[in-house]
Amino acid sequence: MSASSTAEVPFTAKTKVGRITDFVDQRVGGSGILREFGRKVFPDHWSFMFGEVALYSFVILLMSGTFLTFFFDPSMAETHYSGSYTPLYNVEMSVAYNSSLNISFDIRGGLFFRQVHHWAALLFVASLGVHMLRVFFTGAFRKPREMNWVVGGVLLILAMAEGFTGYSLPDDLLSGNGLRIIDGVIKSIPVIGTYISFFLFGGEFPGTAIIGRLYVLHILLVPAMILLMIVIHLFMVVVHKHTQYPGPGRNDGNVVGYPLGPVYAAKAGGFFFIVFGVVALMAAMFTINPIWNYGPYDPSPVSAGTQPDWYIGFVDGALRLMPGVVNDFHFEYIIFGHVLTLNVLLPALVPAGIIFTVLFTYPWIERWITKDDREHHVLDRPRNAPTRTAIGVAGFTWYCVMWAAAGSDLIATHFHVALNDVTYWLRALFFLGPVFAFIVTKRVALALQRKDREIALHGRETGRIVRLPHGEFIEVHAPLNDYKQYRLVGFESPVPLPAEPNEHGVVTRKEKRRAALSRWFFEDRVAPATPAELAAAHSHGHHEAIESGDEQRTLSH
Amino acid sequence: MKALSQKRRHPLAAIALLLLGLLVTGGLYAVATTVNQAKADTTTASASDVSEGGKLFAANCATCHGMGASGSKDAPSLVGVGAAAVDFQVGTGRMPMQMNGPQAQEKPRQFNDQQTQQLAAYVASLGAGPAIPDASLLDANGDAAKGGELFRTNCAMCHNAAAAGGALTRGKFAPALAGVTPQHIYEAMSTGPQNMPVFNDANISPEGKRDIITFLKKIEANGSPGGADLGSLGPVSEGLFVWVAGLGVIIAFTIWLTSRTS
Repeated sequence: MSASSTAEVPFTAKTKVGRITDFVDQRVGGSGILREFGRKVFPDHWSFMFGEVALYSFVILLMSGTFLTFFFDPSMAETHYSGSYTPLYNVEMSVAYNSSLNISFDIRGGLFFRQVHHWAALLFVASLGVHMLRVFFTGAFRKPREMNWVVGGVLLILAMAEGFTGYSLPDDLLSGNGLRIIDGVIKSIPVIGTYISFFLFGGEFPGTAIIGRLYVLHILLVPAMILLMIVIHLFMVVVHKHTQYPGPGRNDGNVVGYPLGPVYAAKAGGFFFIVFGVVALMAAMFTINPIWNYGPYDPSPVSAGTQPDWYIGFVDGALRLMPGVVNDFHFEYIIFGHVLTLNVLLPALVPAGIIFTVLFTYPWIERWITKDDREHHVLDRPRNAPTRTAIGVAGFTWYCVMWAAAGSDLIATHFHVALNDVTYWLRALFFLGPVFAFIVTKRVALALQRKDREIALHGRETGRIVRLPHGEFIEVHAPLNDYKQYRLVGFESPVPLPAEPNEHGVVTRKEKRRAALSRWFFEDRVAPATPAELAAAHSHGHHEAIESGDEQRTLSH
Repeated sequence: MKALSQKRRHPLAAIALLLLGLLVTGGLYAVATTVNQAKADTTTASASDVSEGGKLFAANCATCHGMGASGSKDAPSLVGVGAAAVDFQVGTGRMPMQMNGPQAQEKPRQFNDQQTQQLAAYVASLGAGPAIPDASLLDANGDAAKGGELFRTNCAMCHNAAAAGGALTRGKFAPALAGVTPQHIYEAMSTGPQNMPVFNDANISPEGKRDIITFLKKIEANGSPGGADLGSLGPVSEGLFVWVAGLGVIIAFTIWLTSRTS
C-alpha cells in the first residue's frame, strides 16, 4: 500500500491540549461521533425552533429546580411562620408553605429562582404546544414520523402533569384550591373514584401526605419520564432527519440546510442563552405566583380569581361551562347507592379525552383516509392542505373556548360585561365555534390557494398602470422569479380517492366510509398551475382561457 | 440642530416620535388625574349640619329616595342606614348614582367633605344606624397577620386574595381595594354597600376590622416583592403574559436567528 510509509509514524499532536484531545479521542471515538453529527444538516426556519425552546426551558427547569430542592421541605407538619414577611407573621401554616415563603423572602436569590422556575415552566408547556401546532399544520406528523408525534403527545401530557404537581407543592391557598378541584374530579369517577382519592391523599382530603407524594412525582418520576421521552424524541429526529419547507431543490430524498457544526451548533448554543436570558428577565421583572398573597392553605376560604396555570385552564374552563341543572334536568344520579355526578365527570374528562384521542390517532386517521403510505420529508404549507388546516383550527378554537372560560370572571370584570353572559356566549361557542372555525379556515385556505394560483399564472401586480397606443389601460404584472414561482406551484394536491374493492372484489362498508371521508377531505381543491397552463399564461396575454383551473367542483372566484 | 435634521428620515424616527408623543400625553394625563384627589375627614355633627344636610338631601337625593328619605319604588328608604352608609356612598362618588345598572359605580365625588358630612348628619338624624368609625380604628396599626386571616376567610372570595377585585353574577362585581381610604373600608364592612354583605360588630369585631384595614394597607404599601404584579390577577394574567410577551420575544429572536438564509 502506498500509505504504508506514513502509517509507520504514529500521529503525535504538537501541543499539550492536542495530545490530551487525541488521548480522549482514541478511547471515546469522539471525532467519529462529531464527524457523523457535525455533518447532520438542519433546515433553517424560525418555526422549527419551538422544540428547541421547549428543550431549553426544560434544561432551565432542571437547573432552577435543583436549586429549589435545596431549600424546599415537602412536609405538611404544622408550624408558625417567623420569617420576614410581616403580613403572615405567626400565622399557622404547613412546613411546605413555610419553606416556600423562606425561599421567597429569606434565601438569597430564592425568589428569583422560584420565578425563573415558574416562568420557565409556563414557557416549557407553551413552546411545546406551539411546536405541536407547527408539526400538525405543516403535516410533519406523516410517515415516517407518526410515532414521534405520539411521543410528543406523551411529552405534552407529562409536561402538564409535571406542571400541575409543581403548582400544588407550595401548599398555599391557590394550590390547595387546585388540588381540591382535582380531588372533586377524581371522586366523580363512578365506583372507584372515592377509593382513588383516599389512596392518593392517604385518607380524606387534604390529609397530611399529598405534598410529599406530589414532591416525589415532581422531582423524580415525572422529570425522569420527560427526560426519557426527550431522548427517544431526539433520537427519532436524528433517524428521520428534519423536515423542510417546500422549495427549489428540496424533495423527500434530501435535506437542504446548514450542517450542525459549526453554524448550527453555534446558533443553537447561542439560542439557549437567549431563551435563558428571556426567562431570567421575566423572572427579574415580573411577579409570578405570589404565594405570599394567597396565604396558607385552609379548606374553607376560596379566593376570587382562583385559576390553574394556563395549560390546565381548558379543563377548569370546561368545568365552569357545564351547567349544574338545565331547567329541571339534573346531571346527578344515585345508582345502587353510588353517586354519579355527570356535571363534574363530563366536563372534566370528556373534552380532554376527545382532544388527546384525536391528537394521538390523527396521523393514522389521515393515513387511512388518504391511503398515503409514502414517506414525507417536505412539509405542506397549511393552505395547501385546506381540510387538515381547518380541522386543526377547529380543534384549536374548541380548546380556546374552554381556555377562555377558565378566565370568565376576569373577562367579565375587565370588559365590563356580565359573568352570566360570558358563560352563555362561551357555551354557545363551545358547540358552534369549531364548526364556524372549520368553515372559515377552509374557505380562507382555498382563497389563499387561488390567490397563489393567480400570481403564479399572471405574475405579481406592480401597481403600474400603462396606457396602450389604442387607448386601453392595463396594469403591468411582473413575472415571479423561479424560486417564488416554485413555491406557488410545487405542491401536491390530492384528489378524492373513490372506494376500491378488496382482494375478494368486495367494496366493504368500511371502504365506503373511507371513500366518503376522502371526498369530504379533498373535493374542494385548487389545483396547482401546471407547466402547460403556465406556458399558456406567459406566452399570450389572454388570461380568460385558462382562468378556471379548478377541478372537481367549480369554485367561484 | 443639523444632526437632528439629518436624522429625521431615519427608519426609527417615526417610532421615536410616536413614543415621545405617547409619553407626553400619558404624563400629562397622569398629572391631571392625580391633582384633584379627595381627602376625607370627620368632625362632629351639629344641628346646623342636620338642617343644611336636609336641604342638600331634598335638592339632590329626594328624587329617588323620597322626601324624608322614606324611599320610593326606585330607591330604598334611608331611615336607619346611619352616617357611615352616607359617608361611604357619597364620599366615594357612588351616590348620587351615575346611572341605573347592576350596581352603583364609583366616580368623582359630587359633594365636598363638608356637604358629605352634612348629608350624613341629616340621614343619621332620621334613625339610629352605623356611625362614622372612630379615628382610633382607622390608624392601620393593628395586627396585619390576623387581618390577613380574617380577610382570606371573609373577603377574598369576592375581592381576591390580593384585594384585586373579582366578578359577581350578572354584571355585579367586587371592586379592587387598593387606594380605598381606611374610613371607607370600615364603613363598607359595617354597612354592606351595593352587593356586599354587612359585617356587623358581632361578625367581625371593631378590632378585627382594624386588623383587616392594617392588612390591606400593609400589602398596598409593601408593593410587589417579585417585580411588576401583572394586576395581581393570578395565573390568567401570568399565562397571558408568557404567551404574548414571553413567546413573542422568543419568536422575534427565532426570526432574527434564521433571517439570513434561504
